[in-house]
Amino acid sequence: MTEARTEARTEARKRDSLAIGAVRRDFAPWLDPHAKPLIRFDQVTKRFGDFVAVDNLTLHIYEREFFCLLGPSGCGKTTLMRMLAGFEEPTQGKIVLGDQVVSGIPPHRRPVNMMFQSYALFPHMNVEKNIAFGLVQDGLPKQEIADRVAEILRLVQLTPFARRKPDQLSGGQRQRVALARALVKRPKVLLLDEPLGALDKKLREETQFELMDLQVNLGMTFLVVTHDQEEAMTMADRIAVMDRGTIRQIAPPGQVYEQPASRYVAEFIGDVNIIEGRIAASDAGRLRIARTDGEGELAIEAPPGVATQTGQEIAVALRPEKLVLHREPPAGAQNLLSGEIWDIGYLGDWTIYLVKLASGQIVRVSRANASRFVEQPLTWDDKVHITFAPEAGVLLTQ
Amino acid sequence: MTRRFTLFDTTALTFGFAFLYVPLLVLIAYSFNDSQLLNVWGGFSTRWYVSLWHNAPLLTALRNSLAIGFLSAAIATFFGTLAALALVRYTRFWGRPLFTGMVYAPMVMPEVVTGLSLLLFFVSVGAERGFWTVTLAHTTFTMCYIAVVVQSRLVAFDRTLEEAAQDLGCPPVRTFFTITLPLIAPSVAAGFLLAFTLSLDDVVIASFVTGPGTSTLPIEIFNRARRGLSPEINALSSLMLLVVTVVVVGSSLVTKRAALPTR
Repeated sequence: MTEARTEARTEARKRDSLAIGAVRRDFAPWLDPHAKPLIRFDQVTKRFGDFVAVDNLTLHIYEREFFCLLGPSGCGKTTLMRMLAGFEEPTQGKIVLGDQVVSGIPPHRRPVNMMFQSYALFPHMNVEKNIAFGLVQDGLPKQEIADRVAEILRLVQLTPFARRKPDQLSGGQRQRVALARALVKRPKVLLLDEPLGALDKKLREETQFELMDLQVNLGMTFLVVTHDQEEAMTMADRIAVMDRGTIRQIAPPGQVYEQPASRYVAEFIGDVNIIEGRIAASDAGRLRIARTDGEGELAIEAPPGVATQTGQEIAVALRPEKLVLHREPPAGAQNLLSGEIWDIGYLGDWTIYLVKLASGQIVRVSRANASRFVEQPLTWDDKVHITFAPEAGVLLTQ
Repeated sequence: MTRRFTLFDTTALTFGFAFLYVPLLVLIAYSFNDSQLLNVWGGFSTRWYVSLWHNAPLLTALRNSLAIGFLSAAIATFFGTLAALALVRYTRFWGRPLFTGMVYAPMVMPEVVTGLSLLLFFVSVGAERGFWTVTLAHTTFTMCYIAVVVQSRLVAFDRTLEEAAQDLGCPPVRTFFTITLPLIAPSVAAGFLLAFTLSLDDVVIASFVTGPGTSTLPIEIFNRARRGLSPEINALSSLMLLVVTVVVVGSSLVTKRAALPTR
């Protein structure tokens, strides 16, 4: 890494010191009612024959935002991006970019650029020519093209490879060329379709942070499509979790994880245990939940802004790392789940315990392996008790 | 893993290749025969090659063949490539399977049928038969070969390359010329060379549709051979063999190069 780059990175870190979920401090235009979104999907529907790829979807994305569309394959995320790039036209609704309704404008006249999942590098052109291609189309003067290509090559550290053809590059280098080719046009919005999908794990992690730095330093708006939740959690300012053409939740990564809006989101992001029940009583912000399996009650903090009523069927979402394992039932525990160890998965940094409750439900508990030796390690068929704090459980009404 | 050749392999290969190439070798050998007689070896000589050079009708026929081959291959390449593009790119038009089948049909059609039908067509429209009718006839039957060759390349073509070009601000038509065409060019060139050799070889169709004034080289050779073989024809045939070999090897090299950047 060059010195200038390290410096820029430190600067960026100082300016936007990281908070939980990598949310940049003071960057939350979506909370500002006066902020004008850069991209607006307005009740957009896209049908392919009988198949509804995008279903009456409304979405606002703000300038300088790093926005992730996250969902399983076939959820419509790629279609959404392709509509913004101009490769698909919405069946209904409109897409606004800046002050311009872009529907009907062909791809080559839209001020967005896309980095393709396959990179789509032109095999008959060398790296330099690939990157210059977009600038040549704009009819820029030769000298300016050369300068900008040289500059972007430095930025992605590919200067020594300028004369190589794409098939003489490694996967990571190709990814950088694809990125540089889209960036060099300085688009209003950079679209990235599974940008790290083809890289191996280690390179992927490094590249995630580089993409984040790049986005902050260039002050550009990034829209990323991914099915990899880790990727989305690491990089995004906000994540839209998609399912069958609709958005289930839009929120910063931390919020998507800790306050999932629905069972679908809770189950899609990370691991989760779902305990079903009914609201038995409500008392000063605490809810008492009668478990559907009849094994007792749970105490859960009532989520603010969610209307609940006694007798309502609900689900409680519990993240595995928020559960605590005990050999003996602790006295006075409000939330107690008892069972025996069904299976153990040792991951090195974490150990996953699958605990089978009396009802037969398997509960997943994860424990950080904070010390190297444990005196009495838990083993298969051990009787265990799980406790958790009232604020650990998330009440899900959907 | 390389397996050693067994006796059977060696024998099979020897006889196989002998079957294919001994007649050609005999032809080449006799083209250097000094004797006027066909089956008597009179010593090595290149006199037939020299006398060939002064044989005006044969040279005219050669010129005709080359011109017809070049022209028909050029026209067929243009239309064949367009046909391939239409068949691969516009997957949802009425009667596409029919059209795909119809592109292949001329390849399996007996040449006499093609020749006869073309002749009838030219007669019925009152076209004066000669150079242009042969050129047109060759265009029609070589076009399908080009369509097939280019089609196979286009099927493997990664269309996101075109999308990427457009995304970077390149209008569709320019995208075709700067991205698509350079990438399918090797198969277009291979198609052109194939069409050229097919045209150069053709006797049947050409003899149906040609007129009194125009003769192509294969027709000329065929006619002369019927009147009695001459060593001059041996020399000429050897030269044609050389040209065709060069073209075929060239086209296969081009196709091989084309296969490289597909991934």
